[in-house]
Amino acid sequence: MQRIARRGLTIAACLTLLGGAVACTGDESGGGTAAVPGVSDTEIVVGTHMPLTGPASAGYSKISPATKAYFDHVNANGGVYGRKITYKVMDDGYNPANTQQVVRQLVLQDKVFAVINGLGTPTHSGVLDFLKSNRVPDLFVASGSRTWDQPEKYPHTFGFNPDYTVEGKILAQYAKDNFAGKKVCFLGQDDDFGRDGLLGVEQILGAEGVVARQTYVTSNTNIGPQINTLKTAGCEVVVLATVPGFTALAIGTAARVGFQPQWMVSNVGADYQTLAAQLGDAKGLLEGMLALNYMPMATDESDPWIAQFKKINDQYNAGAGFDGNTVYGMAVGYLFVQALLAAGEDLTREGLIEAVEKGGFQGPGLAPLRFSADDHSGYGGQRMNKVEGGVQKYFGPTYETDEGDGPVNEYTVAPPAPPANGIPTL
Amino acid sequence: MSVIGEPGQRVEQTTPASAPAAAAPAKPHLPWGGSTLLRHLALVALAAVVLLGLTYWLEPFRNYQLATVAAYLCATAGLTVLTGLNGQLSLGHGALMAAGAYTVALTQQMLTDRGATGVGVLVVSLGCGVLVSLLAGAVIGVAAARLRGPYLAGVTLAVALVVPALAITFDGTLGGEQGLSFYVDPPPAALGPYFPYERWQAWLALAGALLVMLLLANLVRSRFGRSLRAVRDDEVAARLAGIHVARTQVLAFVVSAACAGLGGGLLAVLAQSVSPGAFSMTLSLFLLMAIVVGGLGSLAGAVWGALLLVILPELTHLITEQFTLAPATAQRLDGNLPLALFGGTLVVVMIVAPGGIQRVLVRLARRIDPRRRTAPGPEER
Amino acid sequence: MDRFVFLTFDGLVRGVVLAAFALALVLIWRAARIVNFAQGAMAVASVYVAYSVTAATGSYWIGFAAALLAGLALGTLVDVAVMRFVDHSSPLNAVIVALGLVLLLQAVLGMTYGNEYLPVAAPLSRDALSIGGLALLSRYDLFVFAAVLVVVVALALLFTRTPVGLRMRAAAFAPQVSRLLGVNVGGMLTLGWALAAGVGALAGMLVLPTELGLHPNAMDLVFVSAFTAAVVGGLDSPAGAVVGGVAVGLILSYVSGYVGSDTAPIAVLVLLLAVLLIRPNGLFSSAQARHV
Repeated sequence: MQRIARRGLTIAACLTLLGGAVACTGDESGGGTAAVPGVSDTEIVVGTHMPLTGPASAGYSKISPATKAYFDHVNANGGVYGRKITYKVMDDGYNPANTQQVVRQLVLQDKVFAVINGLGTPTHSGVLDFLKSNRVPDLFVASGSRTWDQPEKYPHTFGFNPDYTVEGKILAQYAKDNFAGKKVCFLGQDDDFGRDGLLGVEQILGAEGVVARQTYVTSNTNIGPQINTLKTAGCEVVVLATVPGFTALAIGTAARVGFQPQWMVSNVGADYQTLAAQLGDAKGLLEGMLALNYMPMATDESDPWIAQFKKINDQYNAGAGFDGNTVYGMAVGYLFVQALLAAGEDLTREGLIEAVEKGGFQGPGLAPLRFSADDHSGYGGQRMNKVEGGVQKYFGPTYETDEGDGPVNEYTVAPPAPPANGIPTL
Repeated sequence: MSVIGEPGQRVEQTTPASAPAAAAPAKPHLPWGGSTLLRHLALVALAAVVLLGLTYWLEPFRNYQLATVAAYLCATAGLTVLTGLNGQLSLGHGALMAAGAYTVALTQQMLTDRGATGVGVLVVSLGCGVLVSLLAGAVIGVAAARLRGPYLAGVTLAVALVVPALAITFDGTLGGEQGLSFYVDPPPAALGPYFPYERWQAWLALAGALLVMLLLANLVRSRFGRSLRAVRDDEVAARLAGIHVARTQVLAFVVSAACAGLGGGLLAVLAQSVSPGAFSMTLSLFLLMAIVVGGLGSLAGAVWGALLLVILPELTHLITEQFTLAPATAQRLDGNLPLALFGGTLVVVMIVAPGGIQRVLVRLARRIDPRRRTAPGPEER
Repeated sequence: MDRFVFLTFDGLVRGVVLAAFALALVLIWRAARIVNFAQGAMAVASVYVAYSVTAATGSYWIGFAAALLAGLALGTLVDVAVMRFVDHSSPLNAVIVALGLVLLLQAVLGMTYGNEYLPVAAPLSRDALSIGGLALLSRYDLFVFAAVLVVVVALALLFTRTPVGLRMRAAAFAPQVSRLLGVNVGGMLTLGWALAAGVGALAGMLVLPTELGLHPNAMDLVFVSAFTAAVVGGLDSPAGAVVGGVAVGLILSYVSGYVGSDTAPIAVLVLLLAVLLIRPNGLFSSAQARHV
């Protein structure tokens, strides 16, 4: 009897509380709140998702500390219109499921102003719809997939890396001009990264021009069978659309079975220092490797941008190793600060998008940076480089092309000199 | 014979007080007349009302987390019934969740291509997901019916690995490592134009979880539930008593697979995408950890387990954020410190409180209220 | 034909390492009736020790020895400091504790060494030697064969011909009676853990030069394959572990080579089901279930 009375009381109490709660909290009114999420008078909060752990983290885990160091440098010099930039980096381990979680956390809980430099084709493609429905600016995605260049479908998403199709076309054009008559093959990641690269290569060489095609997945580190197939097909030139860990794996595995073709590697997986660290004593295998890049070479001491970035790295990044990933991270930071400056002191999400779409940004990149109302692709070209004597050096002109069937042209505009303190001005 | 054991192992006995509970004669002054089903329905209705209020009070991200907890609860509840009450150790429930999830993804894609809209679309998709995982569970259950202990564990572990393999082999349909994205309708117009999406997600997931809890609570208290426990405790005696052991085991597997399929389908709806990485072997192992730490064999333990799966990583992240360090060191700690804390907590909890959280709570309740008659063992709710 | 020979040898080398690992799992099962889910993480930790020692001294072999010692030490530590305190009435408790240890170990390794893939050099050339135009085994592969053979033979001799081995078997088979007869059952159990961890460390040292690199999760898949191998062979039987390991290695190699490396897990599952449907306790099982 007593128990029933007690239970009845608890039920009644719950219902009263519930009624009160529902009465007090209504749904938020439809219009946005007056304040811009992530922006205050003193702070701008932005976020990103990066593979800090896992098989794809080799090299990439260095990008976000570099960007953070650059933001620290800007903050130390007064920030942007007096606002300091806070950069929240979340680890997704290159796992699309984790990206879903961390991006939701960034947007719904940390209430970031924008997401910048989200890394990975399979990882970022899953969060596009979420970012779109929450109207979050999604800037400078760290991947060359064409998915980020869809202004009608995803008006707030902008790419940064040159499209993989652009890369494939430039590599294929070089192979056509310099390795005519040799068998060209392709090894790529089994997602848009690999598929888009292959598309670019086939644009120039034609489908028959590629003798063998193989794919790999990051979850399976045994690519012996794929290398074996390429060897049996008699490949003389192999185009790699691989992340750094797998570039090293491919070159190492191939050498072990006595297969040493001319390697032509996508920018994404071609940083010499990262590969050398992976291969250890076998780094001599990288001699003669051809690759693409569009940022100043990390080892090129004479480049003023490198000198500037190195200074910032030593001061704000606890002297962490300086390689292509560091340069990349700082270049992204530089571009974001340029965009913030262009958006004006009265900072809103729409204002930022408009500023980016206006384009015309010039930075350390060697290739044209394409941002407009119809073009969200980012960098549109690359330059060939070769590993000689343990140093990765550029040669020849910078090439630029489009994602379609346009030709591969030379791009002769050189990057400007960096500002004195490394911080852009309007 | 129990799950993995030496011949002379001490086996948990159910207290006799629990047995007459379900078969007690109707007490006329109780509104539900002693019927288990009505009692459970009343509790579910109450829980639904309370949770509804909760979704209005929480902010969007917390609602999303609540929805995730509810989705995990479907899977942990099924798994705790299978492993705790029936003694079958399954290391592959992540794969069954994936079966449900991928089915939901493909069905949603197909239906939205045909232009179907409305809540019914989701119901159909989730239903298909449950059906497919049910079938998968039946196949695995039949194949593994003769296996015991670590041998069953080995097979289920192999099943857990097959999911990414299948997704990659059939990457045309299943999208490979990148996975599939699909469209989910926004909340129905009847709820108003400004109804937060996360609250709708929480409602969907909680509906699924409450359904699963109702079903399993009734199952556990029924004759089938007793057969499950009988088979776990002493297979030979159960067979002598007329219980069809293989059929019971397969059915247990099927039921838990269906629950896992619903959980996986709900997770897919929450993320609006599926990928092999979301249903890796790690998930299967985490599910197991969740039910054991929550309290093996008890549905309340499944609730604690599901909460743990969502809250513990966040708690550990909070603790990690308290330390400010140089970027490179912070980054090394960032991914790893939460895992270290999680692992350490597991080890400590299992040594200190092997019965799980539920057992600790029951013991505390007993201490606080000595008038309570000897509570049923942790296998009961 | 070339390809078949290449794949066979590739599979044998892989299989032999899996056999060693499976042997470690069987050791602990026979001694403690626990499946040691932390075996992979413990092996990786030992290899990290070797990495540090090799980096400090410049010698692979000193690092190798250090790995084995680290394995022995880690096994002892895990049993004495953790497993002793676990309530063994439910076998799941030990499984969860082991899984917790895995997380802890991998996270600590990640914090100490970072999550980057560290290159691990092989002590001998990994270039394939050709016999009659066919690329067969490399010197390193032969070393792997030899090492595993030595370990298997040594363990077999230990268990069958030495008093210590007899005591260990007695302690595992009938602990109460052995205690009455003066056998230090707890000590034998710890010895079993130490040996198993040492064998696991050896397997780790052998397999890691062939992987992408050394990192905290490097042995996860090896563990799963080895567990499958042990189950196929029968958890009670060391001979079964060896046979199971070789079988799984060969199957993985053939399927990867002829069909595709992504379908390999499916083939392993089919193998498992095929074996267990006929013999539910593994190929070499001797324990009989009570049938009614």
